[in-house]
Amino acid sequence: MGEITIHHYLYLSAILFFIGVYGVLFRRNLIVMFMSIELMLNAVNLSFITFARYSSTMDGHVIAFFVMALAAAEAGVGLAILVMVFRNRTTVQADDLTLMRD
Amino acid sequence: MTVNYYLWLIPAAPLLGALINGLLSYFYSKRERGPSEALVSFVGCVSPLFSFVVAAAVFLHLQGLDPSHRMLQQWLSHWIMAGTLKVDFSLWIDQLSMVMVLVVTGVGTIIHFYSIGYMHGDRGYARYFSYLNLFMFSMLTLVMGQNLPLLFVGWEGVGLCSYLLIGFWYRDIEKAAAGKKAFIVNRIGDFAFLLGMFLLFATTSRIGNPTLDVPMMRSMVEQHPDLFRPMATAACLLLFAGACGKSAQIPLYVWLPDAMAGPTPVSALIHAATMVTAGVYMVARMSFLYQLSPTAMAVVALVGAATAIFAASIGVCQRDIKKVLAYSTVSQLGYMFMGVGVGAYAAGIFHLTTHAFFKACLFLGAGSVIHGLGGEQDLLKMGGLRRSMKTTALTFLVAGLAISGVPPLAGFFSKDEILWGAFNASVGPAWFPPLLWGIGFVTAGVTAFYVFRAVLLAFFGGERLSPEAKAHAHESPAVMTVPLILLAAGSIVAGFMNVPGVLGGSGAFHHFLEPVFSGASAHSADAIGTGLETAGGAAGAADHGLERLFMVLSILAGVAGILIAYLLYIRRPEAPARIAAKARGLYNLVFHKYYVDEAYERAVVRPGYALSDRVFFRVVDAGIIEGVVNGVGTTVRLIGAAVRLVQTGVVRTYALFMLIGFLYVLYRLLW
Repeated sequence: MGEITIHHYLYLSAILFFIGVYGVLFRRNLIVMFMSIELMLNAVNLSFITFARYSSTMDGHVIAFFVMALAAAEAGVGLAILVMVFRNRTTVQADDLTLMRD
Repeated sequence: MTVNYYLWLIPAAPLLGALINGLLSYFYSKRERGPSEALVSFVGCVSPLFSFVVAAAVFLHLQGLDPSHRMLQQWLSHWIMAGTLKVDFSLWIDQLSMVMVLVVTGVGTIIHFYSIGYMHGDRGYARYFSYLNLFMFSMLTLVMGQNLPLLFVGWEGVGLCSYLLIGFWYRDIEKAAAGKKAFIVNRIGDFAFLLGMFLLFATTSRIGNPTLDVPMMRSMVEQHPDLFRPMATAACLLLFAGACGKSAQIPLYVWLPDAMAGPTPVSALIHAATMVTAGVYMVARMSFLYQLSPTAMAVVALVGAATAIFAASIGVCQRDIKKVLAYSTVSQLGYMFMGVGVGAYAAGIFHLTTHAFFKACLFLGAGSVIHGLGGEQDLLKMGGLRRSMKTTALTFLVAGLAISGVPPLAGFFSKDEILWGAFNASVGPAWFPPLLWGIGFVTAGVTAFYVFRAVLLAFFGGERLSPEAKAHAHESPAVMTVPLILLAAGSIVAGFMNVPGVLGGSGAFHHFLEPVFSGASAHSADAIGTGLETAGGAAGAADHGLERLFMVLSILAGVAGILIAYLLYIRRPEAPARIAAKARGLYNLVFHKYYVDEAYERAVVRPGYALSDRVFFRVVDAGIIEGVVNGVGTTVRLIGAAVRLVQTGVVRTYALFMLIGFLYVLYRLLW
């Protein structure tokens, strides 16, 4: 086992990000899609922290905090919308919500 | 002196009057009653009167100037500045426009006053005076405009007012159609007029001094006649085609008889005294150009002569008193064109002036009769009106004598001068001037006949009135009879402005106008017409003898016409019907105005309609234009339908597109 380098962090970040992408693209449950988006955001956060750490600057940390705040707000609004959708349509399956087309 | 600073007042006063009355009419349009007639008449009549006073003052000033410098100009503002084309709003008065301004404002003012009585009680009273004042403004712009485009503005303006006033009672579909006909027929001539103007501008541009300014063009033509000679015929004929439309000459005369649908004072002012003479004025105005083209002059003279005899012959059989006068106007305009066509410009303008008096008087007299009989216009249902309408009958008779050329009334002098000018013309082959004279001579006789037919049928003989007209018959109020008396007085004295030398006069009118046509005199019979330049010498004496002989002949023609009318309509009232029955074919031909309207209907109107319907509507409009418009719509709809397939409404599809886009951006960034 070698030393953990910047590459390991970035590969991990990329893997997490694409797991998120897969979740958004192929899962039908809106809640799971939501979680996948959170996963992508966190993958990006990880990249920012990594770069910040290896370049000894604070900018990446600052942005990570911004992303966390944004993710929190997004989760709040998104879950509220989800609740309303469920109340109205009794489903959270994305494929059933195609009003925009018709 | 700074008289020229006040020139703008002459057209501005009627414009102001038109604005005030137009606004009054507009604000009262929703109300039950129109604005106060007293106010409207005050505004409507004072404005042309004011113009007349200013014009008279300008005339007095002009008289005080040296004859060769009698020209006043006023520059008002720039108008069109496009490339080398520079056109200004500038007015000018020279001897020719002075005569026109005095005729227009003088006769115009009288007719305005007459209208107070004639239009009394009409719901459109304010609208009427507004249009009439607008007409005065346009007509004054026409005669005072210093360049051709400004003249053209007035030219179109009077056409517009003519349209508005012919169709004044627009609820009557026939009257509205008559207005439209006048407008459309005029448009044909105007198109040629515009082309003529373009041609002139192209020529002056080529010479290196692009201008449409009339005095400037005149001096250019006088300095370099050879540069203008090649295009003179084309330009003159195009301009003359415009004049044919406005002044109702063959082949565009058909609108004028229909124009009688308008109120009678309008017929007097626009369709007898002023607007229809605009073409004669324009030809006289451009005389320097016409001098270069004997061909064009011959055409003008020939068309004038043909129109004179043609319209006069139609006038013989008309039953509507206004139609008789309308054809008479067409015929007299033909006379004027014959005059200017043979180079006797001053004679043409002189006839224009005298004609304005006696024809306006005849029309207003007819209006008084129609007014007095409650709308009756059929000559065969009149008769014996001299007893109930003394003043009208007397003035109508005086004007009738004037137009028939009975000395010493105005028509005698002016008509005779044109005939003498025609006989001495130097245009065309040797047989051409005597032919012109012959046509004019016959026309003079026919004119006297049909005018006295109208006089005798309306005012003399037995009464043939319908019972309701008989109960209604009365003399018109003073506001209508005083203008009649003024115009009749004008018909008596106007001729003395220009007593020819052969009768011991001085030809004052000729002398006044002479500088305007100075380039013309060498070429024309103008100077001879006055008999001044031939005074002294054996040739002069011989000419005098011949001129006197011709005068006697034309008097005889007039008197003969009157006598025949008397014999046919008073002594043997049953004779006309018998003659008509004998020559039924000829009578029908003339009564139906030679079927010219029907021929135009077949040859021009219906093919035009068919072309519009079959080609322009069905192919161009419905096919091409609608096809393009609908095609654009259809294309957009199809594209939309195709693009719409992308919008599935499934969130995951959108996410996939985002991913693809993201990967593409990444690809472009990294490789």
